[in-house]
Amino acid sequence: MNDALRRSFSNATPEEWKTRLDQDRAQILCSQHRNTPPPEIAAAIVGEAKSSLRYPPNGKLLGDWRKGEEIALLSGGGQLSRLAPERAPKRGGNCYACHALSPREVAAGNLGPSLTGYAKLRGTSDASVRYTYEKIFNAQAYLACSFMPRFGHNGWLTPEQVADITAFLLDPQSPVNR
Amino acid sequence: MKLCAKRWPIAILLLCTAWSIVALGDEAQDARARDEINKYREMLQEGNPAELSEARGEELWATPAGPKQATLEQCDLGLGPGKLEGAYAKLPRYFPDTAQVQDLDSRLTTCMMTLQGSTREQATRDWHKADSEMEALVTFVAGKSRGVKIEAANARPEEQQASALGEALFFRRSGPLDFSCATCHSQPDKRIRLSEVRDLLVPADAQAVLTQWPAYRMSQGQVWSMERRLIDCMRQMRWPEPQYQSEVIIALEAFLQKQADGGVMQAPGIKR
Repeated sequence: MNDALRRSFSNATPEEWKTRLDQDRAQILCSQHRNTPPPEIAAAIVGEAKSSLRYPPNGKLLGDWRKGEEIALLSGGGQLSRLAPERAPKRGGNCYACHALSPREVAAGNLGPSLTGYAKLRGTSDASVRYTYEKIFNAQAYLACSFMPRFGHNGWLTPEQVADITAFLLDPQSPVNR
Repeated sequence: MKLCAKRWPIAILLLCTAWSIVALGDEAQDARARDEINKYREMLQEGNPAELSEARGEELWATPAGPKQATLEQCDLGLGPGKLEGAYAKLPRYFPDTAQVQDLDSRLTTCMMTLQGSTREQATRDWHKADSEMEALVTFVAGKSRGVKIEAANARPEEQQASALGEALFFRRSGPLDFSCATCHSQPDKRIRLSEVRDLLVPADAQAVLTQWPAYRMSQGQVWSMERRLIDCMRQMRWPEPQYQSEVIIALEAFLQKQADGGVMQAPGIKR
């Protein structure tokens, strides 16, 4: 497979190989086990994810829900293509691609569960805040080979942006909970 | 330009669809969204702009071109020179003369090189552009398999290797969003926003997809081949762009064709 990839992506730069095509340990294991790893491997993936969690330097896991809403809505960013050059270089969470959140946004996808009314469902305790932040930062800290991107772990979003989305999910004023 | 007038009603329909599902629960909402999308797809099927591509491809097929000023009429797409009916439904397949597993784009390129004397560069230049000759030829040849059952080529070891590679690639996760094909295409009844993403591990779903490509894409205003569709999936996965007609693309096509075996071809289809 690696030879076929080398030949097929012969235009990719070394940097693109490193950041886009080469796999880390979790990606290798999840690919190999088709996202349903046996228990001991699942535990290793979860353990590794938990031990590499990072938090905003100020320690605040609840950021600004308005900023979080913007990030949740932002869909573009990060594509590499000669055929269709990137138009929106700003990276977003694109949360609505997979989750229902604010009931105002009707065109929500369903690859992930609906998160509308999330705060009511999960409560706003410290444990709930921490879980929510960590789930967005690295979903595999809770479920090995989750389909959800490891937004913080992979550096797609900053810890502060993850905290903003956490607030978007948990703040009583956020449209998610109104 | 000619299609702008057509696109507006689609936008309005989409808006109406969106509004009408506001008040429903999750499951009802999902079912309703699917119904509405299928409804306007049916409406558009009656006037698929891909027919223009098909007609143009038919003309190009029989028009002398290239340094040798020859037509493509003697092109062998796997069933013998000039045999077009049902050929697309059996691609990709192994071709002894090139010693490669080839899809339609790749095989047409071979014919342009051998019959017409073109270089690979000439044959594939601008392949991705609207109204390219490749787009028209692919649409025309695929249309010649309408009503024919997909018969995935699997007799040769090279064909088996290609679909096995495609299957492994389907599950291969990489990049900053950890995506593989399976991320979106291995569960039933899923959508990204309002767009259906079929479970390509289930024959009925794989058939529903593979029988429609190449397809006219309303959002793009042009026909896309299966190659273009897959290359764009990789763009959305934030992968770099693979080479046109490269092994990974043809391997994925071989795997998907195997998943869709037995489906009745209806291409060119019409898509969002």
